[in-house]
Amino acid sequence: MIAPGTAQGVQTGRARAATQVGLRLNLGERTRQLLYDATGLAVAAVMLFPIYWMVATAFKPGHDILSLTPKWIPAPFTLENFQDAITRPYFLDDVKNSVIVVGVMLVLGLTIAFLAAVGTARFGFKGRTAFLVMIIGVQMVPLNALIIPLYLMLDRVGQTDALPGVIAVYLAVVLPFMIWTLRGFVANIPAELEESAMIDGCSRVGAFFRITFPLVGPGLVATAIFGFIQAWNEYIVAYVLLSSPNNQTLTIWLASFTTNHGPQWGPLMAGATLTGVPVVVFFLVLQRYLAGGLTAGAVKG
Amino acid sequence: MGVAIVTPDLESAPRRPGRVRTNLLPYALIGPSVAIIAGILAFPLGMLVWLSLQRYGLRELIAHAGEWVGAANYQRIVVDPLFHQVIVRSLLFTLACVGLTVILSTLIALLLLKVSQAVRVIVMSALVFVWTTPVIVSVDIWQWMFDYEFGVINYLLTQLHVGNFIHHNWFDNPIQGWSVFVVIVVWGAIPFVTITLFAGLLQVPSDVIDAAHVDGAGAWQRFWFVTAPMLKPIFLIVTCLSTIWDFGVFTQIYVMLNARPSADYYTIAIYAYRESFGVTQYGMGAAIAVVLVLVLVVVTFFYVRETVKVAEIA
Repeated sequence: MIAPGTAQGVQTGRARAATQVGLRLNLGERTRQLLYDATGLAVAAVMLFPIYWMVATAFKPGHDILSLTPKWIPAPFTLENFQDAITRPYFLDDVKNSVIVVGVMLVLGLTIAFLAAVGTARFGFKGRTAFLVMIIGVQMVPLNALIIPLYLMLDRVGQTDALPGVIAVYLAVVLPFMIWTLRGFVANIPAELEESAMIDGCSRVGAFFRITFPLVGPGLVATAIFGFIQAWNEYIVAYVLLSSPNNQTLTIWLASFTTNHGPQWGPLMAGATLTGVPVVVFFLVLQRYLAGGLTAGAVKG
Repeated sequence: MGVAIVTPDLESAPRRPGRVRTNLLPYALIGPSVAIIAGILAFPLGMLVWLSLQRYGLRELIAHAGEWVGAANYQRIVVDPLFHQVIVRSLLFTLACVGLTVILSTLIALLLLKVSQAVRVIVMSALVFVWTTPVIVSVDIWQWMFDYEFGVINYLLTQLHVGNFIHHNWFDNPIQGWSVFVVIVVWGAIPFVTITLFAGLLQVPSDVIDAAHVDGAGAWQRFWFVTAPMLKPIFLIVTCLSTIWDFGVFTQIYVMLNARPSADYYTIAIYAYRESFGVTQYGMGAAIAVVLVLVLVVVTFFYVRETVKVAEIA
């Protein structure tokens, strides 16, 4: 008896099998995706843990910090450590110094680097290759090796223990990278854009500010972030050059916590948090202008 | 110099007659940069070499004049057993750090391609947080985490039955101490290298990889024979930069050991610093620093050559 239902039944069975295979495949794929995501989260957790631990410690009262069984969450919660950190001598002086150093360096650096970027991206001239080779070459020189002559040189002109000396050194250190990155951005903007603006009646300067400048924006942001991080975080040059506590920068102030007084973990972690926060804020504020700018210019060369 | 050829010369716009001025403009544009780099990087580099050929101590510092001793400083460091140790140690340390950094970063970058959008944002944010952390801050954090008495790492290792780490001082044994520095340096270096490699991976066309897949290449073969060669320039950049940073390492070790590292923990940069600012032998310190620069010049020569080549094609 071959009832139509049999064929029907066979078909249903096949369809069911097919769905099952599909489901199994799907399940396999989903397990794999889950595995990838779990690994990703584990990586993020491991990378972030030290930073979490700093912040958590900063908010813990002293007896919770010095406990043989660590407390994973800062409860009870206190601001004492932050109070202790910011009322330490020279905190405000050194914050001010760091802001001055980074601010002046960024304004000068971006301006000077942008000029050189336009020069090398828009013009062919004798010595251009030599200039570019120099830009790449000097980035290979470790700053730590130059400390000795830099110190003697600035000592000669009376610029040790003074901010201009430090600013000048930072400027020289970040300039090559800034020029190289900005050059990539300027080179990617077709000069025809500027020309057509000029045909449409823009002045040369106007064309530059209305066309080129906005297009280089992400490049300027990327280089500004880079420069900020370099200068704000720098230690050895400031450590060697700036000797009096009221002339130092924030990183030196922070290092003096351990080097001079032996570690007091609570205030130290609070001070470390305060030193790290401006960089993160600067990055978060500017990163929406970035749009892949951080690497786009650098990688394309 | 493709850029110059492709880009029509703006200076030939009719409103600008003077040819002389046309030729001078680019020089005016790069002038300030050249002055700063020459004055604050190139000149000190020359001065470093000159200093290394002098006896330059406290007396000479005050008199602003060194005493020429030729290669005497180099002759001294060549026979200095401590210097040999420092060199070997620095090389091994660099090898470990660069190797681990590049391998781990590659794995994380490849993982970033596979994870879902939300997880990618989380991992990227974590990387950015670590990347923006000042070195001094990270040293303080790790110093606290590796504290012999209340450090969370000793606690965790004991709880996980790795061994008894209660009141364990990591810096008593140099091998353990250096491992701690490898951890600190690699942790700090992973974000930059990972983000750079990930940006590179995004630019690898997926059809090439699909084609290899269809031709029966396994995951490892696809990476090793297709992806890796395409990323070669980026691998070259991150390896070179990491080598420069790790071989010249100073801050992490110096601050972690409270500005008083024992000779077991000297790197070339710390040794040079000690000789010059510790015992005011600037000439000796300079000679050591010159060796540091020379080693890096050799290592990074290929990178510079490659980058210049790429720049000329662009």
